[in-house]
Amino acid sequence: MEPRREIRLVLNDREVAVPDVGASQTLLDFLRLEQRLTGTKEGCAEGDCGACTVLVGRLHDGALRYEIVNACIRFLASLDGCHVVTIEHLSGPDGRLHPVQRAMVEHHGSQCGFCTPGFVMALYALWMAQPEPTVAQVETALQGNLCRCTGYEPIIAAALAVGRHGTPSADYLSRERETNTKHLKSLRDGRRVITGPADDQAILPADVDDFAQALLDHPDATIVAGATDVGLWVTKFLRPIGPAIFIGHLDGLKSIDVTETDITIGAGVTYSEFAPLIAAHFPHLTEYWDRIAGWQVRNMGTIGGNIANGSPIGDTPPVLIAMEAEVTLRRGDARRTLPLEDFFVDYGKQDRADGEFVETIRIPLPRTGQCDAAYKISKRRDEDISSVAVGISVVTEQEQITRAIIAFGGMAATPKRAAQAEAALVGHPWGEAAFEAAAGALASDFSPLSDWRASSDYRMRTAQNLLRRFYLEQAAGEDAPVRLSA
Amino acid sequence: MKDQATIHGAVHTDLQHESAFKHVTGRATYTDDIAEPVGTLHAYLGVATETHARIRKIDLDPVRNAPGVIDVLTAEDIPGHNDISPTGRNDEPVFPTDKVEFNGQPLFAVIAETRDAARRAAERAKVDYDPLPHALDPVAAQEAGYPHITDPLTLSRGDASAALEKAKHRIGGRMVVGGQDHMYLEGHIAFAVPGEDDDVIVHCSTQHPSEAQHMVAHVLGVPSNAVTVNVRRMGGGFGGKESQMNLFCAVAAIAAKKWNRAVKIRPDRDQDMTATGKRHDFVIDYDVGFDDEGRIEAVDGQFAARCGYSSDLSGPVTDRALFHADNAYFYPHVRLESHPMKTNTVSNTAFRGFGGPQGVIAAERMVEEIAYALGKDTLDIRKANFYGEGRDVTPYHQTVEDNIMPRIVEELEASADYQSRREAVLAHNAKGGIIRRGIALTPVKFGISFTATWYNQAGALVHVYNDGSIHLNHGGTEMGQGLNTKVAQVVAETFQVDVDRIKITRTTTEKVPNTSATAASSGSDLNGMAALDAAEQIKARLVDFATERWQAEPEEVQFRPNRVQIRDEVISFDAFIKEAYMARVHLSAAGFYKTPKIHWDRATGKGRPFYYYAYGAACSEVEIDTLTGEYRVLRTDILHDVGRSLNPVLDKGQVEGAFIQGMGWLTTEELWWDDAGRLRTHAPSTYKIPLASDRPREFNVNLADWSENREMTIKRSKAVGEPPFMLGISVFEALSMAVASVADYRECPRLDAPATPERVLMAVERLKAGRAA
Repeated sequence: MEPRREIRLVLNDREVAVPDVGASQTLLDFLRLEQRLTGTKEGCAEGDCGACTVLVGRLHDGALRYEIVNACIRFLASLDGCHVVTIEHLSGPDGRLHPVQRAMVEHHGSQCGFCTPGFVMALYALWMAQPEPTVAQVETALQGNLCRCTGYEPIIAAALAVGRHGTPSADYLSRERETNTKHLKSLRDGRRVITGPADDQAILPADVDDFAQALLDHPDATIVAGATDVGLWVTKFLRPIGPAIFIGHLDGLKSIDVTETDITIGAGVTYSEFAPLIAAHFPHLTEYWDRIAGWQVRNMGTIGGNIANGSPIGDTPPVLIAMEAEVTLRRGDARRTLPLEDFFVDYGKQDRADGEFVETIRIPLPRTGQCDAAYKISKRRDEDISSVAVGISVVTEQEQITRAIIAFGGMAATPKRAAQAEAALVGHPWGEAAFEAAAGALASDFSPLSDWRASSDYRMRTAQNLLRRFYLEQAAGEDAPVRLSA
Repeated sequence: MKDQATIHGAVHTDLQHESAFKHVTGRATYTDDIAEPVGTLHAYLGVATETHARIRKIDLDPVRNAPGVIDVLTAEDIPGHNDISPTGRNDEPVFPTDKVEFNGQPLFAVIAETRDAARRAAERAKVDYDPLPHALDPVAAQEAGYPHITDPLTLSRGDASAALEKAKHRIGGRMVVGGQDHMYLEGHIAFAVPGEDDDVIVHCSTQHPSEAQHMVAHVLGVPSNAVTVNVRRMGGGFGGKESQMNLFCAVAAIAAKKWNRAVKIRPDRDQDMTATGKRHDFVIDYDVGFDDEGRIEAVDGQFAARCGYSSDLSGPVTDRALFHADNAYFYPHVRLESHPMKTNTVSNTAFRGFGGPQGVIAAERMVEEIAYALGKDTLDIRKANFYGEGRDVTPYHQTVEDNIMPRIVEELEASADYQSRREAVLAHNAKGGIIRRGIALTPVKFGISFTATWYNQAGALVHVYNDGSIHLNHGGTEMGQGLNTKVAQVVAETFQVDVDRIKITRTTTEKVPNTSATAASSGSDLNGMAALDAAEQIKARLVDFATERWQAEPEEVQFRPNRVQIRDEVISFDAFIKEAYMARVHLSAAGFYKTPKIHWDRATGKGRPFYYYAYGAACSEVEIDTLTGEYRVLRTDILHDVGRSLNPVLDKGQVEGAFIQGMGWLTTEELWWDDAGRLRTHAPSTYKIPLASDRPREFNVNLADWSENREMTIKRSKAVGEPPFMLGISVFEALSMAVASVADYRECPRLDAPATPERVLMAVERLKAGRAA
């Protein structure tokens, strides 16, 4: 089949076909500069402020699902076959305010108003998912939205009151769900899409096999999944990314297989898509997961991308290494599997050959006697990059520690295990002495950097104290908490 | 005619922001949303990559040859003066010609067909530098013998040195207080459209349209009457757009005139944060003498500030730090000196509080020192030192006449249940666990008026059209604070018409000239009074008209809600206005106001710089994790004084927002320069302002509804923009108490700001080590 040469999407209430979409063209510029939809704002162009929040509907195994994303770092090409909903589409044609908008007006949720469209979109998504949210749910939903004027109090009040102004089932997107689903299905033609100028080409493979082939043909291509990092290469560093192979639309990379012993996920599974597995299988990740970025970024960013990117401060590698995760890499039809920790070779260097990509990640389920923890330290509690992150997994048999895996982020040039600290634990009885020894041993495992997130000294001290916290947490009672209030 | 008891939007009532509907629908137009004329060009700044260096040579050919580029704008293209110093000190070039003075300093502007092309081309300049040694902070600057960037100030009363010598207790220390980025959600932007002759119109996001107008005229070398500056609204300002927009307005206007095309300039967030000024960082050396009761006898305070490479507003900012170094406390003997240091950093500027917060936090640090030294509750020390009978003269010799601090604190202490909660905190900490708690109740007293006395003036323009609709303009700018809403309420109240009848359009230098910055919390005080004056003038003409037309006495003409009653006859406002128009009554007026009573002699350090004071207090409780330094604000209670509020719900919004912003300044917002002089926290990914989840877990905010301004301010209200910012200090002090618990409160933790988790942990470790030693 001939590749298609244009991107087709539904924008609010109409279909648009855009030819020559370069790989690096952002949705935000498309909205503001080409479509003159100026309600969506640019606040930071790095996915951290939420002023550009829009809703994207996408078919996932045939079902239409809406999620908020940051238009500033979302590439237009990645929206092929999607429904993009902007603030302009919220109030009815008669100008009547949407329930979310009414609640925001009623509770004085805007002052300067610049962040407001983004907040309205985030609250819209929250209301559709959870019409009667708790304060905690509102705060989690708003981690990706900054307001500098209000101090948030009236926005929270508005969020809690939206339900009084309307029900999601009466909402336009609910009523039009069937039509929109059909519409989006009609846009899917199973063809590869190639668009954009030669030096900024965007390639959207038809399926995973086609992706494997495309990567063999263009081994130098930038692979773009959620674009939560690659987006910044463009908006912040003005780096060329063409040719870029977009894979966020590939259902074949979004598989989740749960067996009795392990869970295998496709590399394209986003943080949000992984979240439902946590309560049942990895409860120790509950708080940790909600502290990864903001909602918009969790909807876009993929676990495979977080790994493949190789950052020493990625949030998932330390906890996945501690759980002894494995990655499967694919090149053409050839696959190989290796322990995740071996994938990270050095700063900016991963064990990934030309034409190879991360296809799946296998995570063993915790065994009996295994105690897991995941901690993240950052300057600001939410939506901040870790200064130190750690995954800890300790197996105890008859009061003896028989296995210990401690993997840190932010302490070295790669996500890295603390071999000396682990050795200080294994073979010793579970107790304060062993963990004190492990904490002491960290000094020979790492010599962390100083930067704007934290000094070397602070990184080392907190790393040591997190091992102490792990020990204390098992013994702590209500009377002597070792963690801050929720 | 429908009988109506009250108008919609009267003063002292809650009314939503005039743009609320537009905000939530995305239809509010900001500068970047204005439709661009065909042929609009885009400018982008090329910046220095050295921190302090002579410029040997700049090769701009690679920039000019880049795709989409029209040309490059340099200092040579400036037809008038290459200077945008807001105080006329001639020390702030649009583009420097020989020397780079901070990393990220704009050197030129690329003019291109698209913003993207301009931005990409800007990186292609080849600059040959001759590096010089640099000093980044005020201490390094003092050590390197750097000059004061502007004249320092001394405030003194009594004999501080002698009294310190004599005092029974004396403690000296140093406190380092970080700066703060404004992080307004809408960054800087200017959009210039050339006109005929010398004319140019600049749409931009400035708090100070008149200054932008004068600066554009100055750089173009044309009279001010050729330049029009328009501001419909800003996406936040906080002081960051008081003087800092001048650069962008100048570049856009020069380019627009040079190429005779509309030109827009909008830096990206990183450039906005590196190339424009911030709150001043301070290093404060204090020396306080006190008695056994903790009563202060003498204070010596040395306030060194990181001003950056040019003076900008550093003079008045560092002055205001001294004006607030007493906070709410009487210092019998005092000497306060400012040291506004030149540094090789971006030129620091106005930011909500304007130096005041840095003064207030120094006072609160001294309170802490005294409390820990004497083993007392900090609140007791505060109460012992409040201004009061016979103890009512400030270090600048103004008498505090309106002191309501004791009542505010007393009420908050009760409503926040301070005493029993403090007991509970002490009991919790006595158990010696990992999680420690702290609680603090801190006051704020803030002086209202520009200390540059001539700034305390304002104008307004009111038109009543012959259909009864009203058009209102004033010199203030709307940045989210609800100024337009409040001023419209004042006019509505005056005419007794629903506020919906009043349209406020953009602020423009064409309608109200020679305005002051919307700053110093003065917006409603000044512009509300000016609008009232205009409305009263028209109203007086209407009354004259009515007395003549109906042969009535003036007191027989009554403005009722949306109608006018003349003796027994009641007619609608619309009909009344129509009749007045037909009778050729002048239905337009320019209003004016200047603040009375104030005067200030900087040379002697004496006067009455402030018309009145605004008061408030906050009580915050926190917990800290002594393993990691992480913390949580459990509860905050606020009682704040806004006099008789013009609009209580908007004022409450200001108080809440200011508190959170103040908390951010003292907790997670950290400006971090590397040794090379590069600011490395320059976007929200690295610079962390509070999120919704950082709010206190319980947040009780109240206005002191009994308060009424004793001065004749607009409807007896008080200014609200800045004073509550300093309520955030309660969080900082509570963190300090939690830290102090690890050494049984015997040592003042001497936390520096911002108290990041790292600083909290390091203080915990320091105190633990001290206790062990």
